[in-house]
Amino acid sequence: MNAIIISALMGVVMMFAAVFFKNWKSYLPLALLGFAALLLACILEYNGVALFKVPVRNMLEFTRFSNLFGILLTGCTILYLFLSGLDIEKVGSSKAEYFALLFFIFCGIYTIVSFSNLLMLFIGIEIISIPLYILASSDKRNLKSNEAGLKYFLMGAFSTGIMLLGIAFLYGSLGTFSLTQMNLEVAPARNILGNTYPIAGAWTIVGMMLIFASMAFKVSVAPFHFWTPDVYDGSPTVFTSFMATIVKAAVFIAFIKLFHEMFGLLHYKWFQFAAIATALTLIIGNVTAVFQQSVKRMLAYSSIAQAGFMMFAVMVVQKMAYEAILLYTVAYCLATVGIFAVLLRMKDYTFDGFNGLGKSHPLLAGVTTVFLLSLAGIPLTAGFFAKYYMLSAAIQNGVYMWLIIIAILGAAVSVYYYFRVIQAMYFKTGNPEVEEVNGGSFKITLVITAILVILIGILPNLITDWVY
Amino acid sequence: MIPVLLILIPLLAGIIGFMAKNQSKNIAWLASIASLAVMLYAICIPTCACNFNFQKEWLPGIGSSFHLGLDGLGKILCLLTAFAFPIIFLATSERTYKNEGNFFALMLLAQAGLMGVFLALDGLVFYFFWELALIPVYFLCSSWGGEKRIAATFKFFIYTFLGSLLMLVALIYLSNKTPGASFELQDFYRLQLSGKEQYWLFGLMFAAFAIKMPIFPFHTWQPDVYDQAPTATTMVLSAIMVKMGLFGVIRWLIPVFPNAATYAANAIIVFAIIGILYASLIAIKQDNIKKLVAYSSIAHIGLMCAVLFTGNSMGHEGVVMQMFNHGINILGLWIVVDIIERKTGIKNMSALGGLAKTAPSLAILFVIIALANIALPLTNAFVGEFLMFNALYQYNLWAAVFAGIAIILAAVYTLGMIQKVFYGKSKEATAGFTDITINEKVALVIIVLFILVMGVFSGPLLQIANNNFAGIN
Repeated sequence: MNAIIISALMGVVMMFAAVFFKNWKSYLPLALLGFAALLLACILEYNGVALFKVPVRNMLEFTRFSNLFGILLTGCTILYLFLSGLDIEKVGSSKAEYFALLFFIFCGIYTIVSFSNLLMLFIGIEIISIPLYILASSDKRNLKSNEAGLKYFLMGAFSTGIMLLGIAFLYGSLGTFSLTQMNLEVAPARNILGNTYPIAGAWTIVGMMLIFASMAFKVSVAPFHFWTPDVYDGSPTVFTSFMATIVKAAVFIAFIKLFHEMFGLLHYKWFQFAAIATALTLIIGNVTAVFQQSVKRMLAYSSIAQAGFMMFAVMVVQKMAYEAILLYTVAYCLATVGIFAVLLRMKDYTFDGFNGLGKSHPLLAGVTTVFLLSLAGIPLTAGFFAKYYMLSAAIQNGVYMWLIIIAILGAAVSVYYYFRVIQAMYFKTGNPEVEEVNGGSFKITLVITAILVILIGILPNLITDWVY
Repeated sequence: MIPVLLILIPLLAGIIGFMAKNQSKNIAWLASIASLAVMLYAICIPTCACNFNFQKEWLPGIGSSFHLGLDGLGKILCLLTAFAFPIIFLATSERTYKNEGNFFALMLLAQAGLMGVFLALDGLVFYFFWELALIPVYFLCSSWGGEKRIAATFKFFIYTFLGSLLMLVALIYLSNKTPGASFELQDFYRLQLSGKEQYWLFGLMFAAFAIKMPIFPFHTWQPDVYDQAPTATTMVLSAIMVKMGLFGVIRWLIPVFPNAATYAANAIIVFAIIGILYASLIAIKQDNIKKLVAYSSIAHIGLMCAVLFTGNSMGHEGVVMQMFNHGINILGLWIVVDIIERKTGIKNMSALGGLAKTAPSLAILFVIIALANIALPLTNAFVGEFLMFNALYQYNLWAAVFAGIAIILAAVYTLGMIQKVFYGKSKEATAGFTDITINEKVALVIIVLFILVMGVFSGPLLQIANNNFAGIN
């Protein structure tokens, strides 16, 4: 609860800062201060210190896991602000408002990672989505950004409608919004052979599938991924970075929580559907990424492909899935935020734009290589253990072998497009145009991020131990 | 502590090498000689598990510990690795590289990875080093090779990466099957797997090893990479790295899936023998001298792979010996090829000729190495080859007959190469050829001495290979 209230307050503070302190050169320090406060609030809550006593009436539940996830995401965001915070202010004229929107998004994020009631889930998703529509179209003079914002808004609103319809069906058939009560309603019955299995009415199933579709839309899982490339490509790059990593990770947590705690008993009903969606996501994301010419668009498709891997955590209704998704999101967020921060420095977003970066900017190229290796899942980087935990959870819990093979093939294909960037940087000659940044904090943060990636790649229990 | 030192010396030296730009070459020399010294010490001291075993808790959550061990098989391959690197540095000391610091640093990292593969006794550690050996080689081949290096190396990388991911799936599955969910090699050995599981997992793991060796039909990456990579890296690849596949089969495949190995033996031996004949025939038609050596290597590795699956223990000993000797011989071949290419800039044999006149000592040394490549008696390869053919003969007469044809073919292409390159008329390109420098001579003489001594007196090698201690099968 600490974090939800503080993030909402900080959002308001940021908005008023823009009104009262118009002449500030940069609002970044204030935003960083706010996120530091959020981090502190999350850590306090993780250790059982509640600053605010709010009667939530079982609509939210703050578990160890949800708090831990809040800490990690806030930490990633602080790194993100250190890396790209100044670029946020360059997008348009309303500097402080962008930060305010980020705080509001975080209010939504804290809500959806700890919801225990479908209404809270819906509200959280909306709190996240509406600021994102604005951020996507914040580069007002750029047609592509406008297109991205509009597309995202139309599709997003539609998917929210679908979610609401699903919730309505569930309420109609079960008479409750609460996760815990819902579980009781889906009581097990006995079939002729004497095995117990949970039964659910047709409307429950319809409602569940509608919610699945809308959640799949939010995390860009095929066949609901169509918006992703255009929106990620069109949005200002700083916000793409935020959307593709931190927001996506948070929605995944909600997705997992919903389908484990609420529909866990109905696993056998949605499992095959999820498996097919995962397979499609892996194939479409990886194969399409191969044909991209722009690194930014490639990263958009790669984020679809990575979502396919994260879907394993949804499918495995076991505690292990939580460890896996935690590690995966941290690994993925660190690497992707890092790559986007480097990409922001580049004038040319095509693969050729990276030609010769290894020679002209060895540091930038070096850390980018670490991030790319991590995304590809090479040992000694966080990405390896992320994939390891996912595969391990999937194999232990009887996910189809063909699906695992598809994931493996997808990972092999992903090497192709990630390594194209490495090839361009080191083995091709060129004169990359790179915008120089003043101050060492950018480079230091990049190096710290790369070190974190390697550290988690050697000792993943630094993260996973905190789950219990 | 010895296993740790073997990995740590090149690893740390490699990391320092990245920072020390100009001193990197000296550091590489120092580190490679230091690891050779450690390795020789390891062979000389009496066998005691305490020295050769190292275990430290790493990831208790997933049942993996950092477990290294040096047994007979490991000793042979680590010795090969430790021996090959100083020789490679010596023989290619005439070459200059841009960004020399990075080159030598990456070479050392590759050495660390290779050592780790041969030492690992834990599935996850094995997988770690298996990949870590690959990454530096990828950068080495792509940065300093020939014109088509990027595409060739990329194919190699994706191929092997796919193989290793399949192996990872099998390793995870195996570890889930063990009682304590551990990655310990000994626990894998104790597993009782059902027939279907064995076939599945065997296939997944064998894919990784087959691509690495490589055996027919997974070999397509190899000739291009050997041709395009910088020669020092090609030496690492062909002398040591392909042995990773064979090593994997011996340590991680056959003992874990004995039934599946027997079941698949026929098919694999047939494919291996097809590969031997196919590669030998292509080698005969080959004009590019580097590709010729590459195809000859495919043929040799194919034979070793076939023998591994006969299940004959004498044959296994032969393979272990041959792994070492083939490493030495092919190192010699590459050194000569590198000298020729560097001095004339030509890889095609049709444009070469008459080198023996201007470079007599090179010619003599090369002929001995070439004869060892055909496994003539009195050379080091003979004993291993004899044991291997014996095993193949006992398994199936026709397998031995067809594989035997490959020996004749090997003679055809190897002698043909000597003839085209060293004898005949001098061509334009070879007229001004000078004899080898002292560094190169030293490197080649060491190799030739090895060939001759091992050819007569191969006992010690067998002894090392059999010198296993309790704890490692």
